[in-house]
Amino acid sequence: MESGFLQQLVQQLINGISLGSIYALIALGYTMIYGILKLINFAHGDIYMLGAYIGFVCTSILKLSFLPALVVSMIGAALAGMVIERVAYRPMRNAPRIAILITAIGVSFFLENVMILFASPQPRTFPAVFTATVYHVGSWVVNSQQIVILVSALVLMVALTYIVNQTKAGKAMRAVSFDADAARLMGIDIDSTISMTFALGSALAAAGGVLVGIYYNSIDPLMGMVPGIKAFVAAVLGGIGIIPGAMLGGIILGVVEALVSGFISSTFRDAAAFAILIIILLFKPQGLMGKNIREKV
Amino acid sequence: MKFWKKASSIALAAAVIASLTAGCGGGGDKKAADAGKKEIVVGVNAELTGNVANYGKSMLSGFELAVEEANKAGGIDGKQIKVVTADNKSEPSESGNAATKLVTQNKVVAVIGPATSGCVAAEEPVLTSSKIPLIAPCATAPGITLQKDGKTKPFVFRACFIDPYQGDIMAQFAAKDLKVKKVAILHDSSSDYSKGLAEVFTKVFTATGGQVTTDEAFLSKDVDFKASLTKIKGTNPEAIYVPGYYEEVSKIIKQAREIGLTCPMLGSDGWDSPKLVEVAGKEACNKGYFTNAYTAEDKDPAVQKYVKAYQAKFNKVPDVFSMQGYNAGLILFNAIKTAKTTDGTKLAEAIAKTKDLQVANGKLTYDEKHNPITTALIIELKDGKMTLNKKIGG
Repeated sequence: MESGFLQQLVQQLINGISLGSIYALIALGYTMIYGILKLINFAHGDIYMLGAYIGFVCTSILKLSFLPALVVSMIGAALAGMVIERVAYRPMRNAPRIAILITAIGVSFFLENVMILFASPQPRTFPAVFTATVYHVGSWVVNSQQIVILVSALVLMVALTYIVNQTKAGKAMRAVSFDADAARLMGIDIDSTISMTFALGSALAAAGGVLVGIYYNSIDPLMGMVPGIKAFVAAVLGGIGIIPGAMLGGIILGVVEALVSGFISSTFRDAAAFAILIIILLFKPQGLMGKNIREKV
Repeated sequence: MKFWKKASSIALAAAVIASLTAGCGGGGDKKAADAGKKEIVVGVNAELTGNVANYGKSMLSGFELAVEEANKAGGIDGKQIKVVTADNKSEPSESGNAATKLVTQNKVVAVIGPATSGCVAAEEPVLTSSKIPLIAPCATAPGITLQKDGKTKPFVFRACFIDPYQGDIMAQFAAKDLKVKKVAILHDSSSDYSKGLAEVFTKVFTATGGQVTTDEAFLSKDVDFKASLTKIKGTNPEAIYVPGYYEEVSKIIKQAREIGLTCPMLGSDGWDSPKLVEVAGKEACNKGYFTNAYTAEDKDPAVQKYVKAYQAKFNKVPDVFSMQGYNAGLILFNAIKTAKTTDGTKLAEAIAKTKDLQVANGKLTYDEKHNPITTALIIELKDGKMTLNKKIGG
């Protein structure tokens, strides 16, 4: 009985981490855009959907293999992210924050309905770009797709951390996020830095979209709605605006969901995820990895 | 620069509006209502977009075939039948709006659809208050034809069997034909249809001496079921009952096989879609059984006649929803003929009196709860093909 419990626990952790790493990929974009613009980009979940569709076109029509499809889809989504920022958000840069928020919701509806119009609302079957091998480690079951998701997510997160911390562009992003006016005075091009942030965030979401397409084998124009909200929760959980926080938040959310469905009841899964969010926000309003910033009066 | 800013924001706004209104199509033809004396206007409230668009579109195609056949035969008392469609986007909240539009703008004499029970329940108050009969071709929840006090709603009919019947048949099939003793259930807690089936299955299956090892839940639109399936695997079931719609079920079957659950998967008519095998994979679907009202494989001559007519018009094999949409058309036209009027109250009375009407899958008679007494089948998935395993009742 004891070993049965342990086996279930480890299996659920495997399930939770693979789900959580996808939440984390989407949450990263949320958190980066919030960090730099103080904007909750509600269209982010739909960029993830867009990425999945670009990946679908690459693999099923252009017959590309996994890696090229992933790269093309990331580039495509990065361009889309930059265009959206240029057309919808930049003209609103100095508008009240609520106006930008509503614009973001508008962009989200726009992307969903355009996709329904052109790609039909029917779910589409993602072609199997590589066969899913199932590995039995002892009595645990790991799927090769789970490993690919985890490895891709990790590689992308490491790359992102490198770009943000070690490159000039990353330095500019951190400077703009810290104090936009001071950064401008120092000669940093704010517009292109924000564009860059949108490009990076969107590329990560698109990677998440392609991975999900391969993993669950099916994509549809409204697939971004729920993961978008979950990823937002993950970003807030880890401390919105903080990059490692989004990774942590995503993994925690995935693991909590798996453990709650596995050991309590699947009906309480979402309730538990949100309850944890409320509890953390009560005790640490700035999120798990957030720094306590005093309001200047 | 200023100009560009303005132009781009106007372009975006226009595009947003265009995309929002694009989904709301569906001929709002006012002339049709005015010309009501020469033709009979029938509304179809269907899931034409959204996550169960497959059902709504199939249902509509079957009904269109019935209309075409009736119109070719000279219409009803010389009047041609005109169809007006409204899209409910697979959302109950939109279903009420669609019904209001059909009643107030298009002045329909009856409404066919929607396909799913939740959307029918949302539409029903609109039609009952305007005294317009509705036939829901494939809404299987028992409650939709009944009032809270258990009396039958006078204007609501269906053209399919009800959920308890499906759960009952599958439970008996599991116990007697598959001879399993331990079954786990995974149901959609956001759907009345799925919850209803799970309930009846549990009741009947435990009555046969079987044991339900665990009853897990998911929400529609979920994509990851591995946590629940891992838990189910821990209870060592001999079969898993997954009443639900193909969109989630296909992923459940795929993921169940991935984590090493090899037992039979049992389900309901929501499984009936080619997408199920496409997403889950042919091999994963083996040992899959579900209850349904019809299959094109059925050698019954009435069924084959329908299949040929449908194939001639749409060039594909009809599924159960199209057959039920077709049947709903036959029931309605027969009632208009016998009532000799399109007055809602008299029409509803005529529908209720339908007896031994020849429909696509046999003969159809209404019981006092407005449920048709009709055939049920067990369909088995074999190498991606849906084959007839067993035929029950009729």
